[in-house]
Amino acid sequence: MKFSENWLRTWVNPALSSEELSHLLTMAGLEVEAMEKVAPAFNSVVVAEVISVDKHPDADRLNVCQVNAGESSPLTIVCGAANVKAGIKVPCARIGAVLPNDFRIKQAKVRGIDSFGMLCSSKELGLAEESDGLWILPEDAPTGEDLRRYLDLDDNLYTLKLTPNRSDCSGIAGIAREVAALTGCEINPVSVADIPAALSDRMEVRVDDKASCPLYCGRLVKGVNAKAKTPAWMQRRLERSGVRAISAIVDITNYVMMEFGQPMHAFDADKLSGAITVRRATNGESLRLLNDQTVTLDEQVLVIADQQRALALAGIMGGQDSSVGDDTRNIFLEAAFFNPDAIAGRARRFGLATDSSFRFERGVDFSATKKCLERATQLVLEICGGKVCEAAEISGALPAREPIELRASRVSRVLGIPLNTDEIASLLKRLQLEFTLSKDMFSVTPPAFRHDLEIEADLIEEVARLHGYENIPALAPQARLTMLPDSEAIHSLSGIKQKLVERDYQEIVSLSFSDHNTEKTVCGNENPVLLQNPIASNLSVMRSSLTGGLLTALRFNLNRRQARVRLFEAGACFAKSGDKYIQTERVSGIAYGSRMNEQWGAKTSSVDFFDVKADVEALLAPAVPKFVAATHPAFHPGRSAEIFCDGKSMGWMGELHPNWQDDMPQACILFELDAGALMKASVPRLEEIAKSLPARRDLAVLVDEHVSTQDLIDAMSAIRAPYVHEIALFDVYRGNGVAQGKKSLAFRVLLQDTQKTLNDGEIEQSIALLVDALNNKGAQLRM
Amino acid sequence: MEELQQILDQALAQFSEISDEDHLEQAKAKYLGKDGSLTAMLKGLGKLSAEERPKAGARINQVKQAIEAALQDRRDALSKAKMAARLAAESLDVTLPGRGIGSGGLHPITRTLNRIEHLFHSLGFATTQGPEIEHDFYNFTALNIPENHPARAMHDTFYIDPNHVLRTHTSPVQVHYMEEHKPPLKIISAGRVYRVDSDATHSPMFHQVEGLWVDEEVSFANLKGVVQDFLQRFFEQDDLEVRFRPSFFPFTEPSAEMDMSWRGGWLEIGGCGMVHPNVLKHVNIDSEKYLGFAFGLGVERLAMLRYGVNDLRQFYESDLRFLKQFN
Repeated sequence: MKFSENWLRTWVNPALSSEELSHLLTMAGLEVEAMEKVAPAFNSVVVAEVISVDKHPDADRLNVCQVNAGESSPLTIVCGAANVKAGIKVPCARIGAVLPNDFRIKQAKVRGIDSFGMLCSSKELGLAEESDGLWILPEDAPTGEDLRRYLDLDDNLYTLKLTPNRSDCSGIAGIAREVAALTGCEINPVSVADIPAALSDRMEVRVDDKASCPLYCGRLVKGVNAKAKTPAWMQRRLERSGVRAISAIVDITNYVMMEFGQPMHAFDADKLSGAITVRRATNGESLRLLNDQTVTLDEQVLVIADQQRALALAGIMGGQDSSVGDDTRNIFLEAAFFNPDAIAGRARRFGLATDSSFRFERGVDFSATKKCLERATQLVLEICGGKVCEAAEISGALPAREPIELRASRVSRVLGIPLNTDEIASLLKRLQLEFTLSKDMFSVTPPAFRHDLEIEADLIEEVARLHGYENIPALAPQARLTMLPDSEAIHSLSGIKQKLVERDYQEIVSLSFSDHNTEKTVCGNENPVLLQNPIASNLSVMRSSLTGGLLTALRFNLNRRQARVRLFEAGACFAKSGDKYIQTERVSGIAYGSRMNEQWGAKTSSVDFFDVKADVEALLAPAVPKFVAATHPAFHPGRSAEIFCDGKSMGWMGELHPNWQDDMPQACILFELDAGALMKASVPRLEEIAKSLPARRDLAVLVDEHVSTQDLIDAMSAIRAPYVHEIALFDVYRGNGVAQGKKSLAFRVLLQDTQKTLNDGEIEQSIALLVDALNNKGAQLRM
Repeated sequence: MEELQQILDQALAQFSEISDEDHLEQAKAKYLGKDGSLTAMLKGLGKLSAEERPKAGARINQVKQAIEAALQDRRDALSKAKMAARLAAESLDVTLPGRGIGSGGLHPITRTLNRIEHLFHSLGFATTQGPEIEHDFYNFTALNIPENHPARAMHDTFYIDPNHVLRTHTSPVQVHYMEEHKPPLKIISAGRVYRVDSDATHSPMFHQVEGLWVDEEVSFANLKGVVQDFLQRFFEQDDLEVRFRPSFFPFTEPSAEMDMSWRGGWLEIGGCGMVHPNVLKHVNIDSEKYLGFAFGLGVERLAMLRYGVNDLRQFYESDLRFLKQFN
């Protein structure tokens, strides 16, 4: 909502500076988003008439002009503008004037001729970015008048950020009412009188859907001059309200809307056939709108129609076929109240958002609808002439204004400050809210212009607003203290992130959107969660994995000459399951480049599967995960593993598949883990510590390449050989002494008993069991 | 007796010239060994008269002790010198960089969230989470934003299907939590939210923190107290000015926008208000008995102000040169 401060001040003129007024509105909930001066500072510029123009004797491009600037004798002014000619009126900066950018006008000789001022372009006055020659003013501009006064340039342009509940402030009258409530100033409203009909003609009006349109006022005005010029003051106010001037009649309807917040419409009465009807559209009915858009309607939409066709989208936009033009002679003016429910959302359906729908969706002051018709009629008569016909006024059940109960005690309890009934009563009065009071209880009848007042809380907000939020103290709350539950059996996500940080991973936050193709090929997700209205085609689905974001981030950094990149992200991933959406929190990481930063004390080597495996194991500790070779579209099929904890899959890790490697010269290792599984922990229970030292035996075996280490460890663990405390692989060897296709694996076995020292016999017995288990898996003990 | 003095002088002179331990022990034998010169003199005592013997014996012992003391001094000196030489040889250039992996860092948004959660924990706020794909009911209807309400248009919503949206704010978490818990309750919930908007000051995805306190006596004045307290602690500035101005959110009433003073002006930090009775009604909480307040904070805005970030998009670019500055 834009408006001119000077226009507002004709309605209400508090003794406040512009800055104070702006602050007052903002602090009352009518946020002033911007306040700009209409014109930059300049002075001593007057309306002047060019009397004569003669070529400068010594300069081709200059003219010597005689100018009447309203003084007793004409001024001689040398002017270089191409469009200067005798008879035009232009702004003239007199000697001593200061123009924008501190440009001072002095008496000067221009190529030998004294010049006593400057004729100005709009650019030179700071009113336009560009201008083509002198600013030619209307012929009727009063010679000698100060330009600022003539054009009302000492004005400010306000932009209000109106919240949806405050439609009452979508016109100057409403803002004035608010300023009066806030300051206690008197209002000077424009006077609007009922206009007697000069002709007895009357447009027949029928309202079929009175629930949607409880009030419809309309009137014919005949014999208007549609070509009349909109007065400059009206044009100016419209322009400063952000409304483009179109033609006198349209400008008048817009002006009344900006003045009272009541949208209006004017039809060319000669283009109508039969009675005006307010009805629901029929399915498939079509209508060409004023913006040339043709819309296909249905029963959800309210239209203004004649007996042949729909004429206008009620409360949203008029139609092209019944619009007023230069040749219009007779007009039908409409001012109606449409129920917000009948308008809300309809404009959006057709991709429209108009000044009219904005107001009707939020609620218009139906007590002023008829008055606005009179106001528009009055302006039409003044500007376009014509003869007024009888007004039609069809009304149904207007919104009930049921009294709302407001307890003074509740006001104090909600706001946390003591306010007595006298104080509350005085605030309600200032807001023009009618009420009765009995004991502690107010009964408040909301006015027709406040559709947002329905329940007690609405009134409490009004009281708080007018009392001033800044006058409510900031108080520390008092409450009974209890501690928050804190489970030791859960690793917090921030603890998990911290572990990754300590292992040299940098956290990223990437968009939750992904590319459809990446989802399909890299993540193997054939059925991603699609967005109906994505911002870009490469962000059209919800990610099912964090991998895409990590790869994008890796590439971003490699392109910026980062040689070693280790990143992680924690966040939600999305999947579809039937008609449900599944959201899983994941923690994923990527490692690329050298194991350590380039080092004097260590050989440079690239990070590989097992470096990252150690990171994953550390994250999951104390749980001991199992890594099972498995294939996934993102990973190299021979270098990827699915990760299990307690028999349940909880993630993946692997080397990026060469297909997605592009031009990255080194391998890239990724992992993706389920955050829920990571967070699972347990409260430690102490086990007895053995009194004796463990015995160690090493077992080296030869096996076929394809046999996995985990298989052998599982086989040894499964037989539960006595005293075996730990089995771990400590060496892998291929080469001299080991046949092609075989590998040598060496296991460390620790044996112990909590109570006694083991003897050799006991140890050998257990080892023999392990060797048997290994043999069963085809592993031969190396001697 | 001249001879004794000579032996002593010679021994002291010899010891002081020796620079390794083996030679020192050999030199010791020359005086104190079985065939040493002093040993020989002790053996010669028997030839002396009974009167001369004690005096001469004492004299020889004196010299012997002096030699032994000199010997020990020399031993100590040599061993000290040996250790000093070893230490000198073993010394490192301690300014060489350390070996091993370095450490990474948290994203500034996480850093900010941790700080926010930490501060609210100190007031007893519990943390909770909600889904990012929300049912239309939780994102709008239950928050008193019925279909066709103009406030829906203000939200620039991403739709998944006609009934599901990407949550446009963290406020639906309030509804989920109140459905499952009885008052009194006190929570904050941080997370990603989505709006169809993308430019230098808007990202289609950003973060909010939602706070909710429902109890028998919590007031608008308390809401002001808590939010002001938070902002002053967060920015570690006791005199930070916080301003509340009337605004509109369908799910709170009275509603307020909170601004903080910043470089001579005011900056919007978030929205807040007293929980709307209709919202409490949706979750069967008696709004006569219980009052509540709720607030929503823009996390990116807080992080930008705290750390001097000017372009919102930097948070999501994953540029290591940016991220490492927060480690």
